[in-house]
Amino acid sequence: MTTLDSRPDREDLEHVDNDQHPVGHGRMLRKEDPRFIRGMGNYVDDIQLKGMLHLAILRSPVAHANILSIDTSAAQAHPKVKAVVTGADLAEKGLAWMPTLSNDVQAVLATDRVRFQGQEVAFVVAEDRYSARDALELIDVEYDLLPPVIDVRTALAPDAPVIRTDLEGKQDNHCFDWETGDAAATDAVFAKADVVVSEDIVYPRVHPAPMETCGCVADYERVSGKLTLWTTSQAPHAHRTVYALVSGLPEHKIRVISPDIGGGFGNKVPIYPGYVCAIVASLVVGKPVKWVEDRTENLVSTGFARDYVMRGEIAATRDGKILAIRTNVIADHGAFNGTAAPLKYPAGFFGVFTGSYDLEAAYCKMTAVYTNKAPGGVAYACSFRITEAVYLVERIVDCLAYELEMDPVELRRRNLIRPEQFPYTTKTGWVYDSGEYERALDHALEIAGYDDLRREQEEKRSRGELMGIGVSFFTEAVGAGPRKDMDILGLGMADGSELRVHPTGKAVLRVSCMNQGQGHETTFAQIVAEELGIPPDDIQVVNGDTDQTPFGLGTYGSRSTPVSGAAAALVARKVRDKAQIIASGMLEVSVADLEWEKGSFRVKGDPGRSVTIQDIAMRAHGAGDLPEGVEGALEAQICYNPSNLTYPFGAYVCVVDVDPGTAQVKVRRFVAVDDCGTRINPMIIEGQVHGGLTDGVGMALMEMIAFDEEGNCIAGSLMDYLIPTALEVPHWETGHTVTPSPHHPIGAKGVGESATVGSPPAVVNAVVDALKPFGIRHADMPLTPSRVWDAMQGRPTPPI
Amino acid sequence: MQVPAPFESDRATSVEHAIGLLDRLGEEARLVAGGHSLLPMMKLRLANLEYLIDINDLHGELGYVRVGADEVRIGAMTRHRELLESPELAALFPIFADAEAVIADPVVRNRGTIGGSLCQADPSEDLSAVCTTLNATCVIRGAGGERTVTMEQFHRGPYETAVEHAEILTEIRIPVRPNGSSAYAKVERRAGDWAVTSAGAAVWMDGAVIADARVGLAAVGPNTTGIPAISEALRGQEPSEELYERAGGIAAEACSPTTDNRGSADYKRHLADELTRRTLRRSVERIRAGEAGDSATDRSR
Repeated sequence: MTTLDSRPDREDLEHVDNDQHPVGHGRMLRKEDPRFIRGMGNYVDDIQLKGMLHLAILRSPVAHANILSIDTSAAQAHPKVKAVVTGADLAEKGLAWMPTLSNDVQAVLATDRVRFQGQEVAFVVAEDRYSARDALELIDVEYDLLPPVIDVRTALAPDAPVIRTDLEGKQDNHCFDWETGDAAATDAVFAKADVVVSEDIVYPRVHPAPMETCGCVADYERVSGKLTLWTTSQAPHAHRTVYALVSGLPEHKIRVISPDIGGGFGNKVPIYPGYVCAIVASLVVGKPVKWVEDRTENLVSTGFARDYVMRGEIAATRDGKILAIRTNVIADHGAFNGTAAPLKYPAGFFGVFTGSYDLEAAYCKMTAVYTNKAPGGVAYACSFRITEAVYLVERIVDCLAYELEMDPVELRRRNLIRPEQFPYTTKTGWVYDSGEYERALDHALEIAGYDDLRREQEEKRSRGELMGIGVSFFTEAVGAGPRKDMDILGLGMADGSELRVHPTGKAVLRVSCMNQGQGHETTFAQIVAEELGIPPDDIQVVNGDTDQTPFGLGTYGSRSTPVSGAAAALVARKVRDKAQIIASGMLEVSVADLEWEKGSFRVKGDPGRSVTIQDIAMRAHGAGDLPEGVEGALEAQICYNPSNLTYPFGAYVCVVDVDPGTAQVKVRRFVAVDDCGTRINPMIIEGQVHGGLTDGVGMALMEMIAFDEEGNCIAGSLMDYLIPTALEVPHWETGHTVTPSPHHPIGAKGVGESATVGSPPAVVNAVVDALKPFGIRHADMPLTPSRVWDAMQGRPTPPI
Repeated sequence: MQVPAPFESDRATSVEHAIGLLDRLGEEARLVAGGHSLLPMMKLRLANLEYLIDINDLHGELGYVRVGADEVRIGAMTRHRELLESPELAALFPIFADAEAVIADPVVRNRGTIGGSLCQADPSEDLSAVCTTLNATCVIRGAGGERTVTMEQFHRGPYETAVEHAEILTEIRIPVRPNGSSAYAKVERRAGDWAVTSAGAAVWMDGAVIADARVGLAAVGPNTTGIPAISEALRGQEPSEELYERAGGIAAEACSPTTDNRGSADYKRHLADELTRRTLRRSVERIRAGEAGDSATDRSR
């Protein structure tokens, strides 16, 4: 346990001081925090509208069954119930099914069959949420049980029951196949390699588990025909377009508002049946309808993440030159393919499984299957499956180090892509923009005191103590994405941004991405502040309202800074360009005679003559003359289409102690060196890293959405689905290097998910390293005490 | 938000009042103390009750730790936090502070009570193991008066106790014997979680040899006997690693764990062994260090 006394002094905290008023990049406290700290946030469940009704959803208690009958009469008779709706009712309106983000379909309410435990079967609209829940118990559903498909490995067996009978002609549970890389070239390299190591590696199903569950308030006004939806959405614009396409309501009469969001982590990217039910309910009853799911509903029915059963293979020379990586993956997509990823990337960005290493060849083959489990496969802080990819490569590299009896750091060092190789095209076709990998690795080892740690480990091993040191090096691919390659349901992944400077020099920035706790209100103000030279506190950032912001694809996959952040910088430069023209008129010199000094233009060679942005803003709105051809006002808008993803990277070192008697793992130290290019607000970056590291410790040691043989989800509460607390994590030791992105306007790369991607392999590598005296080369997450003990007994069994 | 089915509630103003309400309202009424087990069960609609009788106003009457000549009496409404911070218990029975430090979290400990914990009778519950280890007796009061039962009689099975309807657990009594100490150890997957397995031990010394010893386990099947075979094996012996190992072996054999989310049955059996050794060792160390157990000096404080 980390106690306050054991925490080292944090000198850098002294720099977090808003009195310093950074005009641009730098440490400053978050502008949004005062309202959150004081309990003054405004979340979906805080929305109260006149006459608002409450919706509750009846869910299937079983994983796979035919619905024989539904009797809603007793629920209808409840005095406070306004409507009871079943799948059959929706089918009459053509609304029983909806598209998923992966071009599959998903039942809004089950019609003839339920396909996972927790699936939506009917809903009740009542005067209050208590009555809505009470009425659910009055609905009588008769189920005829079917055998469930739970084990992903046998989902394609010829005798496996077919889940997707709704799809015409479907004879099996096959969802899709996908491959990347060059199979023949990879096989050839493997054939000539000195050493080949294979390992079965499972990344279990986990859940984003945001503190705020999903929900919405739908308000359809019959007179104006306008639908307003307050909702927990990470992508309000994308949701609006999908609602327009599905419901037939004209898009300009749909307003999607995401108020404050209590954490998303990908969980709030998909459109869930509950949102559609609330919209339908509001259309039917003509009143605002609120639906907010409870914790169990969130855990058992909404977008999960991971669930990859992987076989990793690595080929190398005897002296530790990695030649190729080959992998075969079975992906569990649940009952409906609800994966949120760019359409051409059904496996997300798993193609970056070649990691940070210079290889001769690589190949991946993936088979995705349907099972009787909740649908999803979301970007849970994973940058579209990069978490799985990085875990695979960083685990298999450690397995190789084990076989070569080589220090895992030394093995990595020999194979890292060198600085002069950037931009580097991987064997699976990804173009890494920039990197100085060895510098980051060295910095992490220096903070950790790696050599001393190895010496300490040796001493402890001689006394029978179990200490482990785990290292991971990751490269992320974030900022989706170039619109020629990347779209979601046909919507290109470019982001709009609009900046308006008011007459007094204060400004409002409207962005399409959606804050869920990342600190956008601060970071984006700082981006504009840096470009315009006005204080961040003078810039209001508006997001989360489709009526007030330009179109864009939202916040997930660490794309906000790479895409919307670039848009914010560029729109500010556009405003600055206009300001320069106005300044030239004010100072009566040519534009070329002006130079920019953060916040003002001055005449070259005559620094006494200058005008500030505030002066210019007043002139832009004033009665005085403007240069010829210049319209009034000081504002601009753009849509930024990134030319490439950004590739942040990092080196992590984890130190664990394992109790030899009880097999409990204690994470003693964790060093994280991140390189996300230009750092806008280092304090916010550290906060993001801290959160991601905690997430990673949780996944490595305790988190798993587990099912029993009948398909019952046995992780339906936070007592069963464990997420880590402050007591499970050490004092985080963070460091950084800066390698700017060459194509991003300010050189920034995304960082929101780096730590979630990089930390699980570091923790697992450390635990496996601690267990080396037992001859353990691999053990799967979650490394609970029981599973670690099993490994120590020589039974490191997979969790599924 | 999870919401319970409709119910009515009332606040009891005395033990007699609570018993009267239970008697009058019948089987669909339940007492609620800290509420940390019952209220979640109601919200999940696993427990659907018509009446709740809130006994938190009885904290004044039933919240106490009283040290007597040969026993300590703990009121059933004594909060976890009060047990954790009690200097009397720290001096006589350090097992309480050991256990309380790993029961749930401060928010739960501020509200939850020893009586509620014992009456919930969750097989993974820590205070049942503590009371078993210390050979506690439970005082149950009903309209007809009081009766006293041993832990073995009290605990009838998972979620089932000797407290009948219209009765209330009022007090836990723990015998005080000289030259003893105790300890508790728990393995949990995460802070605040229920035990994967836990073990409590109490040891009383007579010079260099063990006069008596008891072990109580949690989360490994029904176990409120104190495992007499361990007591027999330890009595009259000098403490040693071999002796602890033998006791651990007996504990592993005496329990009946099942495989679940928290761990495999084999692992839990191993923990019963490991934690029994650790707590016996710690108890003896505490006696030798004079940390606790000399009841004469402790009671003089």
